[in-house]
Parts: sequence; C-alpha cells; structure tokens
Amino acid sequence: MSLLLDYVKKQLTAETKHPKFKAGDTVTVSYKIKEGDKERIQQFSGVVIQRKNENATATFTVRKMSNGVGVERIFPVASPFIDSIVLNKVGVVRRAKLFYLRERTGKSARIREKIQNNKNNA
Amino acid sequence: MSGIIGKKIGMTSFFDANGKYIPCTVIEAGPCVVTQVKTNEKDGYSALQLAFDEKKEKHTSSAMKGHFALAKTTPKRKIVEFRSFEEQKNLGDVITVELFAEGDFVDVIGTSKGKGFQGVVKRHGFSGVGHANKSHGQHDRERAPGSLGASSDPSRVMKGMRMAGRMGGDRVKMSNLEVVKIMADKNVLLIKGSVPGAKGSYVLIEK
Repeated sequence: MSLLLDYVKKQLTAETKHPKFKAGDTVTVSYKIKEGDKERIQQFSGVVIQRKNENATATFTVRKMSNGVGVERIFPVASPFIDSIVLNKVGVVRRAKLFYLRERTGKSARIREKIQNNKNNA
Repeated sequence: MSGIIGKKIGMTSFFDANGKYIPCTVIEAGPCVVTQVKTNEKDGYSALQLAFDEKKEKHTSSAMKGHFALAKTTPKRKIVEFRSFEEQKNLGDVITVELFAEGDFVDVIGTSKGKGFQGVVKRHGFSGVGHANKSHGQHDRERAPGSLGASSDPSRVMKGMRMAGRMGGDRVKMSNLEVVKIMADKNVLLIKGSVPGAKGSYVLIEK
C-alpha cells in the first residue's frame, strides 16, 4: 500500500479506549441505538470470530447462539456508536479467522480459555 | 474555473462528527507551479498552464528544461492548461490544496479504467437473454446483441448502432463531489465517494 494512503488512514483513525482482543476471545459490545431522538444501549456478547482491515476501516465479527440460531454481527472498531467493549474471556485458538465455528454447535464449538498466570501478572 | 492537478492515491473511509460513515478517495493534489500565463492579446485566449509531479532532469528534453527554467522551477511530469482561472496568478506561482475549503463541491476529471474489448451487455447495458434459464430458445448466446435492424428496406445498418468494442480509457468528469477533508501538510484532498481512473493516475480537480 502507498505510504501516503497509510498516513491518511492513520490520521483518520480515532483513538479508542477499547481493550485489546483477538479472534477467539469472548466480548460484550455495548452498542448505542438511536430511536427517533431517544438513545438506548444494546448489548451483544459472543465470540470474536475475525478481525478485519486496519486503522479507520477495521472491523470485527462477533458470533453468538441465540435460541439455537447462530447470529453474527460486524462492528466497525472506530464506530462512535460503540459505547464500550468488555473482554469477558481470553480464548486459545490456533487461527485468526474462526469460520469453522459456523459448522459446529454445542460441545465442539467450545473454545479453551487461556489460564491467566498470576505469577507473571503480579 | 480554478483547478489543480492531482494524483489518485486510493480509497478509505471514516466516521465523521455526526457518526456517518463516509467513503472517500484520497488525492494527492499539488503543489502545482504556474509555468505559463496565456493572455488574450498574445495567445488569443486566456489560460493558466500548471505543472505537477517531479521528474528527473535527465528525462527532460532541452526544450522543456528551458520552459521550466522560465518559471524558475524543476522539471515536472504533467502539464495542464486551465481556462478562465478565477484568481490572478503570475508565472512561477505555486498553487496548493488551500485553493479549496472543506465542504466545497468540486468537479473531478480523470481517465476511466480501460476495460478492453467488451460486448454490448457490459458496454451499453443491453439486458441479454435470461441467464439462469436460457429461455427464448437460447442456449449459448445469452449476451449476443440480437438483430441490428430491419431487412431490405434500409438494407444497411443505421449509423450509431451500439455494438461491441473498446470500453473505458475515456476522459470522464464527475460533478459536484464534496471535499470532506484537507490535509494541507501532505497536500492531500479527501473527496467523498469514488473518482474516475486507476490508482496513480492523474486527475484534475476543478472548483
């Protein structure tokens, strides 16, 4: 990619205070929804199955099971409508895009949780 | 009409203050140097000749070297004339993106991407024959133009009949595009939506 385009994209990227997360993590996204002139917050929590693009155009996809039906939602990271992102669980996965989860349900769709090493953190 | 020469860099998008997602084209516009001022008395019409994009001296002919030396500037790659420039400019003046302001509506002229030899469906928007079911007795000519006209009465094909041929590579002007952002330190214009031409091609931006 052109260096100038890179520069412009960095300039357009708003600073976000969201925690670091990757594919395989479980997150809760609080999303502001406008209804007329009222605003309310809707929460969407599930597994991040991909992160895509970078800088101003970056998005991530969250997948959850709702009444036995898989629901996926794509959020732009830079969206001003994202109120907050809470990192619930850090998962251990071996690839960056978890599309294989779409064919799986129940036990086989589980993702191993990363065991936090308290010794290192302290 | 005032204008500037630019180079299409690529596209991106961002959220504006109202939370709207704006797709935009990044154009490196200027700085352009005035290399000649044409006047009614001398040339029969008035225009401003602008030059843009650095070029090595060894790739420049002696004639052009002299031309650039008159304007006291380095050799440039692209030279374009703008008729009836609104601002008064002199030889050697530099025109930058500050010619525009955020929120301005501009026209952008570029050379569209070459598509090669294309059929009538792509080139002229003919609808073709139903692709999925291959109906009307067609099984292998879904994108053919069909009849070119009547039979023995004109006994010829009418002038201007739309047929297959070379497509793209034309000069295309898009009107009323909004300037959403200006980054003067890097000579960058962000224009809402797409702009004709390939990445790296020259475009003219007119106010």
